[in-house]
Amino acid sequence: MAELFGRLGTMVTRRVWQLGYAARFFAYVLMHSGTALRRFGLTIREMYFAGVMSLVIILVSGLFVGMVLGLQGYETLQRYGSSEALGILVALSLVRELGPVVSGLLFASRAGSAITAEIGLMKATEQLAAMEMMAVDPIARVVAPRFWAGVLSMPLLAALFSAMGIFGGYLVGVQLIGVDEGAFWSQMQASVDWRQDVLNGVIKSIVFGIAVTWIAVFEGYDATPTAEGVSGATTRTVVTSSLAILALDFVLTALMFTGGNAR
Amino acid sequence: MKRSTIDIWVGVFVAAGFVGLLFLALRVGNLTFSTSQTYQVQAKFANIGGLKKRAAIKSAGVVVGRVSDIHFDNESYEAIVTFNLDSQFKFPRDTSAKILTSGLLG
Repeated sequence: MAELFGRLGTMVTRRVWQLGYAARFFAYVLMHSGTALRRFGLTIREMYFAGVMSLVIILVSGLFVGMVLGLQGYETLQRYGSSEALGILVALSLVRELGPVVSGLLFASRAGSAITAEIGLMKATEQLAAMEMMAVDPIARVVAPRFWAGVLSMPLLAALFSAMGIFGGYLVGVQLIGVDEGAFWSQMQASVDWRQDVLNGVIKSIVFGIAVTWIAVFEGYDATPTAEGVSGATTRTVVTSSLAILALDFVLTALMFTGGNAR
Repeated sequence: MKRSTIDIWVGVFVAAGFVGLLFLALRVGNLTFSTSQTYQVQAKFANIGGLKKRAAIKSAGVVVGRVSDIHFDNESYEAIVTFNLDSQFKFPRDTSAKILTSGLLG
């Protein structure tokens, strides 16, 4: 019994210790991002791997999510004779929730895992130690550019996801099923608010971008420097950042979308 | 891959991202830089029902303004609704306001 409590205590202390280390690491990355922003070529290179390489999966999934929303939304709305509201349904659900959340999840599994594996492998093959030996700060040279590339890419990817999704909803709703095109767009424009909906969605995606890349670079930097350790860290990145996205999304939605509409 | 190719692709990506944002803002969110002047009017209601902020004010079916604030008056025990009307529309002093529902999803 005492041993059980002892193990529980060790586990809790280790988690708290790791959280503190991750927070300190985050502050350190922010303080040493000078190089990443001054030598912007480094960040652009990482944006290619994090952002451009994720484009295909983001665009294709956005299109299909929007098409499914169009089909399902029409099925439900036409029962109440208000299939013209399809534009509102597709646009609001994409811009507010699905755009940032689903593209965040895809980004975590496509780019986050790659970042963790890369940094973890650099650590395992002692490249990071070699850099330190040459008086090159690996956080400034390796971690910070990847962090900023992720943070900058995420809102753009989420916007593209939402735009593609709305296009997919338009394809299915207007072109395939035959909802009136004018009603589709004008009802959408009348009820989607630029600040309340679009801007809040962008803020969400920025928050998710920070969370995912922070977790990804930290797990890579903290990985046990073995093949096993790197694979474990990659798995942890995907699991932790997916959970973080969903939890943060609940908190952000509660903050953003209940205050104004409750009264 | 050469540096310049990477730069081009990242440039395309960033440009596409901003086009997406612009599409969301202009086409979906209908962002307009309205410079039109508005004036405020207040009305008292015994019961506002489900009236919300940003609800449209219509006169003869045409949108002429939006609700900007709703609060409760603790002296007359009535709801005071403030709305902004577009200043190109003038109404006589004895205009009255009614709260109507606009259908299932309105």
